[in-house]
Amino acid sequence: MNTTLYAETLPGGAMWSMRIPRQRRIRLTALDAGANVSALLYNADQPLDRLNVPDTLKALHTAKLTRGHILMSDMGNALASIVEDSLGWHDPLGGHLTAAQALAKYGDHSYQQYRNDFHRNTHNDFLVELSKHGLGLADIVANVNFFSKVAVDDDGKMAFVPDHASAGDSIDLRTEMNLLLVLANCPHPMNPATDYPVCRVQVEIFPSEAPGADDFCRNFRPECGRTLALTERLFI
Amino acid sequence: MSTLIYTESPLDPKHAVYDATILAGDGWFHPVKKGQTLRIVDLEGNQAADTFFFNAADVKERYSAQDTIREQGSIYLTTGTPLMSNLCNPLLTITADTCGRHDTLGGACAAESNMVRYSLDKRFMHACRDTFLLQMALSGYNVTKRDLAHNINFFMNVPVTPEGGLRFADGVSEPGKYVEMRAEMDVLCLISNCPQLNNPCNAYNPTPIQVLIW
Repeated sequence: MNTTLYAETLPGGAMWSMRIPRQRRIRLTALDAGANVSALLYNADQPLDRLNVPDTLKALHTAKLTRGHILMSDMGNALASIVEDSLGWHDPLGGHLTAAQALAKYGDHSYQQYRNDFHRNTHNDFLVELSKHGLGLADIVANVNFFSKVAVDDDGKMAFVPDHASAGDSIDLRTEMNLLLVLANCPHPMNPATDYPVCRVQVEIFPSEAPGADDFCRNFRPECGRTLALTERLFI
Repeated sequence: MSTLIYTESPLDPKHAVYDATILAGDGWFHPVKKGQTLRIVDLEGNQAADTFFFNAADVKERYSAQDTIREQGSIYLTTGTPLMSNLCNPLLTITADTCGRHDTLGGACAAESNMVRYSLDKRFMHACRDTFLLQMALSGYNVTKRDLAHNINFFMNVPVTPEGGLRFADGVSEPGKYVEMRAEMDVLCLISNCPQLNNPCNAYNPTPIQVLIW
């Protein structure tokens, strides 16, 4: 756990992807308040086996993500387990920012005028990073948004909760398979801020133990134990 | 629970250009032209009609649950909801609804998710995602698993609590309830009439649905 295998700071708007072997711990840390990181997860050995938000939520009986939860694929497999979380709520509902939305909300902030401080958006970030792995639009499924909170009231109304993440908040994911992780460090699409939020996020990767019989995530719900058991079958 | 708004349709089934029954556990993959109206009828009540849409002209454009709920600011689908694509265009708009609320968070059942949700020996039970995959494979539409994202569950009620819990609540549908939607572009409609036998939402008794097009 003490050995840092990798560390990098993502500037605001950055796109990032990496193939990360099984049983590593990925730590995402918000270096600035108000961060949002939109994420997609794939089985690196078979990207058709990919994050499935509804399967994850209905297995866990949750509409938020926090410690103990396991991000599951549509093939019943565990992509990554949330082993630590300082926030208690990460958003699986709000989706991601598109180019048209970014332009409408924040105005034209082009490369020609602002060079590398131009406004990027999650959809295009995803397309670029996915293309590097032979993937594309068809592979952009429902994503999760780390560090953001969207609450739902009894009428079903969705509300973005501002000022959710503070500087220093972090979430740790343990890879349960060889994982392709795709990140876009762009504003949440429901963030009402009128100025494009620019927040830095640190990515660190550490070694990790395999989840034992007494692992917190494995025992969080019976469904967690079963998805880990199915995933272990990929490595027999 | 919140108030449900019911909207009747003026359309007469006698004038429909298409009328078919989809038996429990069966699939349906059919074009709906721009301007046409599609009605799905819950014939016997509390049946899940797992439904997904593609842009017929470019199947890379498809239904997106997250874009749909975010753009209307509500997780429930009902009259007035534009069903949005992954490119944030309206594929169809719900124009009538006598059920009042439909789910798009729960996705489809699958052999694999049944193993996770219920037990590892549930693998060989019939499931919606297998129906979707077979319908896509048998069709001439050039769509595969890669093109399948998560769907609408017409007639299902999956509330979210203010604390972030997800519940599988008693149904709000009844025999004869229907939902109707107008196509805003030429679309392909993919339906699995859910065969789930592990879940009390349909009283463990999947039943037929009816589809009509005007």
